[in-house]
Amino acid sequence: MIAEYGHMALIVALCLSIAQTIVPMVGSFAGYRTWMRLGHSLAIGQLVFVAISFACLTAAFLQDDFSLQYVANNSNTLLPTQFKISAVWGAHEGSLLLWALILAVWSAAVALFSSHLPLVLSSRVLSILGAISVGFGLFILLTSNPFARILPFSPTEGGDLNPLLQDFGLIVHPPMLYMGYVGFSVAFAFAVAALIGGQFDSAWARWARPWINSAWVFLTIGITLGSWWAYYELGWGGWWFWDPVENASLMPWLVGTALVHSISVTEKRGAFRSWTLLLAILAFSLSLLGTFLVRSGVLTSVHAFANDPERGIFILAFLGIVVGSSLLLFALRGPVVQRQKGDTEVVSYSGLSREMVLLLNNVLLVSAMAMILIGTLYPLIADVLDLGKISVGPPYFNFFFVPMSLGLMVAMGFAVFSRWKKTDAQMLRQKGMVPFLISLSGALILPLFLAESISWKSYSMTAVITLGAALWVVTMSLEDLWQKLDRGSAKAGSKVKNITKLPGSYWGMQVAHIGIAVCALGVGLSSVYDVQKDVRMVPGDRVEVAGYEFTFDSLDFVQGPNFGASRGQISAYKNDRLVAVLYPEKRKYEARNQVMTEAALDAGLTRDLYVSLGEPLKGDAWAIRLHVKPFVRCIWLGGLMIGLGGLLSVMDKRYRRRRKPSTHSVPQSSATKAAAQ
Amino acid sequence: MNRPTLFIPFALCLALGAFLFFSLGKDPLDLPSALVGEPFPEFALEELHEPERQLSTDDFDGQVLLVNVWATWCFACRIEHPWLNSLAEQGVAIVGLNYKDHRKLAQDWLRERGDPYQFSIFDPRGVLGIDLGVYGAPETYLVDAEGIIRHRRVGVVDERVWNEEFRDLYQQLMDDANAE
Amino acid sequence: MPSNLLSGWGWLKQIGLLLLLLSSAAMAVEDVVSFSDESLRPRYQQLLEELRCPKCQNQNLADSNSAISQDLRAEVQRLLEQQLTDAEIKEYLKNRYSEFILYRPEVNRATWFLWAAPVLLVLLGVSIVLRLSRRKQSSDPEAAVKSVRSVDQQQRLDELLNSHKRGSE
Repeated sequence: MIAEYGHMALIVALCLSIAQTIVPMVGSFAGYRTWMRLGHSLAIGQLVFVAISFACLTAAFLQDDFSLQYVANNSNTLLPTQFKISAVWGAHEGSLLLWALILAVWSAAVALFSSHLPLVLSSRVLSILGAISVGFGLFILLTSNPFARILPFSPTEGGDLNPLLQDFGLIVHPPMLYMGYVGFSVAFAFAVAALIGGQFDSAWARWARPWINSAWVFLTIGITLGSWWAYYELGWGGWWFWDPVENASLMPWLVGTALVHSISVTEKRGAFRSWTLLLAILAFSLSLLGTFLVRSGVLTSVHAFANDPERGIFILAFLGIVVGSSLLLFALRGPVVQRQKGDTEVVSYSGLSREMVLLLNNVLLVSAMAMILIGTLYPLIADVLDLGKISVGPPYFNFFFVPMSLGLMVAMGFAVFSRWKKTDAQMLRQKGMVPFLISLSGALILPLFLAESISWKSYSMTAVITLGAALWVVTMSLEDLWQKLDRGSAKAGSKVKNITKLPGSYWGMQVAHIGIAVCALGVGLSSVYDVQKDVRMVPGDRVEVAGYEFTFDSLDFVQGPNFGASRGQISAYKNDRLVAVLYPEKRKYEARNQVMTEAALDAGLTRDLYVSLGEPLKGDAWAIRLHVKPFVRCIWLGGLMIGLGGLLSVMDKRYRRRRKPSTHSVPQSSATKAAAQ
Repeated sequence: MNRPTLFIPFALCLALGAFLFFSLGKDPLDLPSALVGEPFPEFALEELHEPERQLSTDDFDGQVLLVNVWATWCFACRIEHPWLNSLAEQGVAIVGLNYKDHRKLAQDWLRERGDPYQFSIFDPRGVLGIDLGVYGAPETYLVDAEGIIRHRRVGVVDERVWNEEFRDLYQQLMDDANAE
Repeated sequence: MPSNLLSGWGWLKQIGLLLLLLSSAAMAVEDVVSFSDESLRPRYQQLLEELRCPKCQNQNLADSNSAISQDLRAEVQRLLEQQLTDAEIKEYLKNRYSEFILYRPEVNRATWFLWAAPVLLVLLGVSIVLRLSRRKQSSDPEAAVKSVRSVDQQQRLDELLNSHKRGSE
């Protein structure tokens, strides 16, 4: 029965979202305040029913209700409980339900925290979010119903969850990623509402900015977790494969990053208006495109767990309606938005100014996104045009992405120092001199000490460039911070006082920028100094890799809850001191008869030891892959810092202070007024 | 930004949508062969039943024929085998390429299920397999009288596939060969 | 003939692996490969990373453990030992497995746009920025310079005081 309740709840949620689309929008044009306000209640109601539906599916998993097709395909009585819960979003139907749930969460959040917004704006935002919910609700109910039954002959045992997904990473990674993807729907809704209303100014930017930043934070952390998961779970020691699914998450992130910067210009200076709007539409469109690419089966991907062209047509149609209509609206209404009635002066800025540096940043970010989009879709386009089947892989993406990122990092150093309106080139040169010299000398000298031994043979140009770019970003950031703290008085105590005075968004910027540098260091150094050995070992063998000695102690058979595994014990020594004991496994999952490599690793800030079991060879011997990966952890540490930076910026006090919305035609509700004062 | 510029994103979106729509029906894993239109690669391998007999493309003897890649470990090969038998009965010349297999197992397999092949090339290490660009079994190649590969099918050839992909081309090649 | 010995041994291994591999989608590769000359190893590794497993979803030869990847790895090793250059090895495999197995697509009639587009995009973007920047600089330099100090201070004040004033914009 519980599944039927879930199904019913989903239908009710769909009805509510239809109402949420129509009622507030009509109300906003007709000026019915109650209609507009109804949107808020509908959004919360929708959340309640989607949550009930989601809870029912979870319950079906926990009760091993294999009469549900979805449960039977993706669970098993032997599956550990925590994976029964994460299995809810382990495949197509459930992951869409999770998407719908998260969309409902964002909508409800907008409904709850928008009392300081003009009612017309918030009701339109909710209406647009409602329309997106309608699309996803229909998609789930018509093509991908997780509550479909197999009756009367339901299986007594389930097919089990894909072993790749039986992992802690899958419990946290998809919800985070979806929070980011779907979070951009709020940015999208704000943008479309602005286009409909024709009102788009600094106030709008200030309202939309915390929503955009928080979605971006979730996406940043989601991608970081995904990369970390791929690293330890796929067992190849790689952390980014330029797989279509990964690209699908990186593209909205790049546009989101451009948006986060561009909207700061719009908020502070009122410039880049149509550009900001376009980015807000693009970020969400790319999130939807990602869904299409993953779910339709048009691209081959290592992660393509569920493919179906029928569903592809549905998503494509949905994508076409959402993206096409919003871009058309953008083209038609853009000119209205560019010039606002309230504008007293033309926004002016000089050729060298923070605006210009941020524009350059946007150009590079959007070019990088476009490059990834072209690379990802090119095989498909070539196929349609009968140009043959080609593959576009990591060599292509790295070839373009690396120089673009370096360009971004160079600009990033200047951006911290640049000033709105006009920056003095002389001043930039002066301020940049010390950081430039520090990074240059650091970049030239440090690689000598990073390699295994001090020799010119192992001296790496990649390391020089990576270190140079990272040091440049860090030293420029720190110099700016130092001067900000120094400002006003030379007394020692005032520095500490100044720390508390700097706004959260400033700290956010600093932490995120240094996070980029840390991440870049991880990427560059781990790729240069990674040492890998594929060796054939029998228990008792010893082998030396990059200063570490690995001994293959023993091999046992262990029985897991739903798998059997050969488990090796490998000890790592450095200078005859035991550093780590590692237990890599080769698992065989019974239900799917699938073999999985479970790598074992010893994590450290400066290096990871990474061991995975290969194939059994003749006799007792095994093929074993041993990795020493210097600084690889910095990649995810950097990713988390970027996310933290975004978080600090979201928490900036100025967004929490509710203020009186002005320059708006519709009179405010008394509640909004009270809150604003 | 002026008005026409604002339409650029919309236009790009439409173009992209069109591409995505047309790509929906395509199977991304349906790979073309690099060898269609090329001569069948030269090889020197033993016959499956008669190890002392060395085979080469000369043994194709100027016939229009099918080269069928198969193995005992290949499950789908069992499914297509009856149809190959009936093709052989209809007089279609088929050559077997026993791919990465054990000689003994393969001989038993053919004894059990019938042998549709004029002869079977024994390729235990997949040497010819690589030259042909084989990436799994079963695969079937249509070779014309000049020894040129004219068609390739990855996967099972059954009656439906034969009628759709092979029959007309085979007939035409036979007519061409007889006309000369 | 070490290479002969090796492939004989690889053959035995492959028969065993075939059974194992039928159902495996994603696993790591742990090949134990020996070269007559150690300088071939980095090239081998690099080649495997740039070649795509033709039968897999989206994996290179280094990461895939399918039967065909094992064969192709052995083939790459054999060709390296025969002193072929990287380009020749890629050409050799391309002639058999089509362009699909090259992760770094060749520049040709079908792919020129793929390779040119990113460059053109960046150039276009940067030229727009530069043009805008030059126009801004020439249009009203004096006003910009005049306002710079006061604006800068205003900015600073805003930041430090958490921008009380801007609430009423």
